[in-house]
Amino acid sequence: MALSEQDVLAGLAELVNDETGIAADAVQMEKSFTDDLDIDSISMMTIVVNAEDKFGVKIPDEEVKNLITVADAVNFITSNQG
Amino acid sequence: MKSLKQNDPVQYSRIYSLGASRGSSEVTNDEIAGPIDSSDEWIRQRTGIVTRMRAPEGQSLMDLAVEASNEAIAKSGIEPSEIDAVILATISFPYATPSGATMLAGEVGATDAAAYDISAACAGYCYGIAQADALIRSGNSKYVLVVGGEKLSDFISPTDRSISFLLGDGAGAAIVGPSDHPGISKTVWGSDGANWDKVGMTGSILDFRDGKTEWPTLVQEGQSVFRWAVWEMVKVAKDALEASGLEPEDLTALVTHQANVRIIDEFAKQLGLPETVVVAKDIVETGNTSAASIPLAMHRLLAEDKVKSGGYALQIGFGAGLAYAAQVVELP
Repeated sequence: MALSEQDVLAGLAELVNDETGIAADAVQMEKSFTDDLDIDSISMMTIVVNAEDKFGVKIPDEEVKNLITVADAVNFITSNQG
Repeated sequence: MKSLKQNDPVQYSRIYSLGASRGSSEVTNDEIAGPIDSSDEWIRQRTGIVTRMRAPEGQSLMDLAVEASNEAIAKSGIEPSEIDAVILATISFPYATPSGATMLAGEVGATDAAAYDISAACAGYCYGIAQADALIRSGNSKYVLVVGGEKLSDFISPTDRSISFLLGDGAGAAIVGPSDHPGISKTVWGSDGANWDKVGMTGSILDFRDGKTEWPTLVQEGQSVFRWAVWEMVKVAKDALEASGLEPEDLTALVTHQANVRIIDEFAKQLGLPETVVVAKDIVETGNTSAASIPLAMHRLLAEDKVKSGGYALQIGFGAGLAYAAQVVELP
């Protein structure tokens, strides 16, 4: 069952919070993972792997580099749900 | 027609003793942060490393390997002349031939031992232990010296932000021999050549010879390697534990390749070991020493009395290749 963009954002925010302690409501669409949220590449990969499990999508290594903002990640997950 | 005579197999093998040698220069994060536009805080947060030990000019890979080997031999109860095989796991011996192992065998007095190098990067020591176990139990060799030794500082770039700042120099040695009880479990090992380009060198020596590249140095795609090292290697660790017949609570220690504290922490979390299992983190003070990292980390746990001889340790090496190997061993 496909989730809405809002649901995906909420789910992703929860994963970010679990991994980094960043407040879920700070995880907004326009925010950059590295520049705004200060998430390093190792934490980012943990979030990506957990997102694969949570949303049932595959996010290959080459794609991770393209996920600059939260919106990039939400859009990728939303469009690739099984 | 006559049939061929075979060796009399031996039932079990174990590690008798360990030896360790680290580069004699302690290099702090502050000393290397400048050229990579970083800081002590960033390096500690990103990798857990506080210092790395490096061998200065005048201290060679062979010096490190000999020192570690001599300690292991002295503690083993056997004479060097009794060693039947010398295996040196390394990526940094600076000659294509002759092997480092032949030089090492001569230096430590392992006269006429079979001697060869293994190039399996951070899995090298566990590959060497697998080989020693097989050589002994097949009846081919009685005592085997396995050394993981590296002078990685010969192959790093001070401006490389992907891996160079993690790396240290050192050697860890083990004497392996026959045992009256199982001391080494079945090795789970393999490779993933499709990802050959994820960790390696900036060029080949031929590229360097032909002026196409600078001196080849180590480099990696950190994010991809992190994902593989945690989520794929945890599966290997679970397989190795199952193959050993043990449950997680039967372990005394987890000794992973000392790649990065973030990898070690996530690995231990994913493996779900009870808190009683000691997790080796020698990398904090030694750095990542590739093939040397597991024996150095295990030696440290024993030397600092964090674990007792006779307990079981799950050791797993993984890295460039990509190559990996894991087994459970009885702590010497």
